[in-house]
Amino acid sequence: MDTLIQQIVSGLATGGIYGSVALALVMIYQATEVVNYAQGEMAMFSTYLAWTLLNAGLPYWVAFFATLAIAFVGGLVLERILIRPVENAPVLTIVIVCIGLLVILNSVAGWVYSYIQKPFPSPFPSKPIQVGNIYFGAHDIGALGVTLVVLACLYVFFRFTTLGLAMRAAAQNPVSSRLCGIRVGWMLAVGWGLAALVGAVAGMMVAPIVFLDPNMMAGILIYAFASATLGGFTSPGGAVLGGLIVGVIENLVGTYVSFIGTELKLTVALAMILIVLVFRPSGLFGRAVVHRV
Amino acid sequence: MPPRSWTFTVAGIGLAVALALPFFLSNFRLFQFSQVYIYAMALLGLNILTGYNGQISLGHGAFYAVGAYTTAIMIDQWNVPYGWTIPVAGLVCLVVGFLFGIPALRLEGLYLALATFALALAVPQILKYFEHWTGGSQGIVLSKPKAPWGLKLNPDQWLYFLCLGLLVLSFILASNLLRGRTGRAIVAIRDNPIAAQSMGVNTALYKSLTFGVSAAYTGVAGALSAVTVAYVAPDSFDVFRSITFLVGIVIGGLASVSGAIFGALFIQFVPNWAMDISKAAPWAIYGVFLIGFMYAMPRGIAGSIRLATVRWLRRRAEPRGSSGGSPR
Amino acid sequence: MRKSLLLALLAAFGLAVTSGPTVAQTPGVTATEIKIGNTNPYSGPASAYGTIGKSLGAYFKKVNDEGGINGRKINYISYDDSYSPPKAVEMVRKLVEQDEVAALFQTLGTPTNTAIQKYVNQQKVPHLFVATGATKWNDPKNFPWTMGWQPNYQTEGRVYAAYIMKNFPDAKIGILYQNDDYGKDYRKGLHDGLGEAAKKMIVMEQTYEVTDPTIDSQIVNLKNSGANVFFNVTIPKFAVQAIKKAHDIGWKPAHFLNNVSSSLATVLKPAGLEASKGLITALYMKEITDPQWKNDKGFQDWVTWMKKYYPEGALDDQSNAFGYTAAQAMTQVLKQCGSDLSRENIMKQAANLKNVEFPLLLPGIKVNTSPTDHAPIEQEQLAKFDGERWVLFGELLEAVKK
Repeated sequence: MDTLIQQIVSGLATGGIYGSVALALVMIYQATEVVNYAQGEMAMFSTYLAWTLLNAGLPYWVAFFATLAIAFVGGLVLERILIRPVENAPVLTIVIVCIGLLVILNSVAGWVYSYIQKPFPSPFPSKPIQVGNIYFGAHDIGALGVTLVVLACLYVFFRFTTLGLAMRAAAQNPVSSRLCGIRVGWMLAVGWGLAALVGAVAGMMVAPIVFLDPNMMAGILIYAFASATLGGFTSPGGAVLGGLIVGVIENLVGTYVSFIGTELKLTVALAMILIVLVFRPSGLFGRAVVHRV
Repeated sequence: MPPRSWTFTVAGIGLAVALALPFFLSNFRLFQFSQVYIYAMALLGLNILTGYNGQISLGHGAFYAVGAYTTAIMIDQWNVPYGWTIPVAGLVCLVVGFLFGIPALRLEGLYLALATFALALAVPQILKYFEHWTGGSQGIVLSKPKAPWGLKLNPDQWLYFLCLGLLVLSFILASNLLRGRTGRAIVAIRDNPIAAQSMGVNTALYKSLTFGVSAAYTGVAGALSAVTVAYVAPDSFDVFRSITFLVGIVIGGLASVSGAIFGALFIQFVPNWAMDISKAAPWAIYGVFLIGFMYAMPRGIAGSIRLATVRWLRRRAEPRGSSGGSPR
Repeated sequence: MRKSLLLALLAAFGLAVTSGPTVAQTPGVTATEIKIGNTNPYSGPASAYGTIGKSLGAYFKKVNDEGGINGRKINYISYDDSYSPPKAVEMVRKLVEQDEVAALFQTLGTPTNTAIQKYVNQQKVPHLFVATGATKWNDPKNFPWTMGWQPNYQTEGRVYAAYIMKNFPDAKIGILYQNDDYGKDYRKGLHDGLGEAAKKMIVMEQTYEVTDPTIDSQIVNLKNSGANVFFNVTIPKFAVQAIKKAHDIGWKPAHFLNNVSSSLATVLKPAGLEASKGLITALYMKEITDPQWKNDKGFQDWVTWMKKYYPEGALDDQSNAFGYTAAQAMTQVLKQCGSDLSRENIMKQAANLKNVEFPLLLPGIKVNTSPTDHAPIEQEQLAKFDGERWVLFGELLEAVKK
């Protein structure tokens, strides 16, 4: 019984990581209808910037919020400079531009910071919390908490602020929004900025666990996609919940289903994505999108 | 529209150049060009599915791997002569692709891209799991074949001609497929699936079949790559391979048969050029190339050529002295 | 006039026919330079090892600055293979057929080297000191042009097995290994070393992929299997997680850590020096962040070299010491060739290293090769971490010849 609970706890911890990256993915999709494949690399690069600030002597939370600000501006600028010229091009063209961005960020990070892994500090204590025979990592709980706080802030922003409303309008119906005076182009840019910000949070929460190196997001991105698919690309809360579910299922299958064991973890993720997509394409919590003919 | 005779002339010149290359180039360059032809075949397959039929696939590396491993296992475990393994690989991929196409019917756009992305990611793991057949992470080592029928060609030259020949064959088959009724049905499904269905096109059947055919082309390419590189390992078929294929068809030009060649040349040679330009961050240069190409040619190389040709023809057709377009 | 022209032509012809060996006979060698070829993963999932390729170039720069080898400078050409076998094949063919290098040196990775091994032996190009611990490179009968470098993983596994049999006869062993050829090679070594007892002693095996974010789940399972000996075959990133998690959940087995992750700075410190107490590993090199070597001349020379020739390299990355030592071995081989730098002689000299010592190898370890022995380094020594440094104990252990 102890093993079961401990595996679930571990799964929730890993799932928190997936959920936070999935949140960034869903954010950008909601704002721009584009899946940004460079999301992971943008998060990684923001985390390296944070590392630079921390190394320069800034206290943790100062560096944290400074990084968020830089990431927001960076995301905004990237959208205006890179995506604007191809805004009206076919979707796949935009995808290739995002891939180009991915490759550039990864390569520059490796060049500037080298490829050797670097430890990244956590603001939470490193001693685990023990409840009976079960151990909870303080950082895991803290990171999950931060993700939930970000989620709550986003919810408030989109529901209760004018800017949030304008962004939702611009994403859903650009033509009508323009007629209402909303500057759709800038809404897209703000969307990218927000997604970069959320990504930076995810990166800084993830780095203490998986260590900072240019390829750190590669493995996580896969599971983040699985989480976002499971939860639904139209539901930020669903993305986080999806992450937790993916983390737990992954661990339980790895422990209890012996012929799969730990050798086919990615395949399990694939299977989950496929099953969800076939039976409920909009995810557990997403809204089904209806296209008018 | 540029006249068909032009397409034939250009193709003819291209073929003549390709046939002449082995007499001018070193074996190493022939090896590189063989890879270009193999990629072109794989890209052609992907383009049929994504460019012409509108189903985005980020997982064609999986079919490439299935083709390659089918060949490798047949040669390694059952001593089948490599010539026979190629059509078998194509057939296996046709079936696998068709089977994958069935659940894919329910998916569109982003979700299909995700499902195929997940497939591409899982393939290396699955390959490592079935160690007994696939050699696991050690892979399977093959031998490079010699030229058959006593032809006075070294292995590199023979493989070059083999790849070129199969590429020409696949181009002809693809062109015929896409120009006829089937092609029109496929494109109709991309442009307006509901209208197509109302016109009596069996969308489900066509979409699955297109998946299968597309996988078959890429599978044959994979089989050829196993023969030319003479080694298969799970590391050769990672998700970056699938992404590279997508890059290839977009750069080359969606919904274009000739685009496959341009795309293949890009993905084979541009990374090497990037490495020559910058030792420190070569992939950053590659990324800049990618973005630059997309800005300059949003419809790919083939698309831009088509656009430029049409514009030039139109300008030639206008009577001298008039400005502004003809009211068509 | 005509006669003198004819004579001139005859003379030229005669000169051409009787002149010494042409460049084709000693590819990659001119009067002033020797071309050495290499491929390394400078991008992609294994890019952390790309620093080895850079350190090799930096060492050869030092050699060139000091006059080169018998008057010739080393022209080091290194291409990126992204750890992809087909790319490695292409780049190695470029090195051999276009750049016409004299020898290939320290090509990195097991799948990449497997892909080129047959070709390189067919082309009779020296394939020296490959940067992988796989066991298959010491096979001079079938692949006479290929030579390994570091003590292979299976040997290390067997070393641990022998120690366990002697000191923990009632052990219940749990293994965590990476699900690829590197991990499986170590596992095989342990299994072979335990022999018949393997079935009884090994109570649980867990694997992980490089793409997994954490291995916490695997550690939990291992603890719950009741294992009291832990064989940890992980790369640095996961080794830290394993050591930390085991400590956090109160699991204290006899912990054997593979050599690949024995770095103080990269692994033990981030995992926690307290948590790492008691770890056992097998070493063949001086661990460069270990304080016991601070005043060692070999170490200080290495630091001087790093600062001058490879300033952007990390001073706490063992890979940079690895490359440095391998480059010293290559330099030794080239020096031994004298004026005959044909591929045949390069191979002959590589298989003719007798009791050579290098400053960053553990004291007492000697490099030996022969036409039937293509494994240059075969000795290792066990070490235990005392909270501050790796304390060497026991004697130098030889590879167990099958």
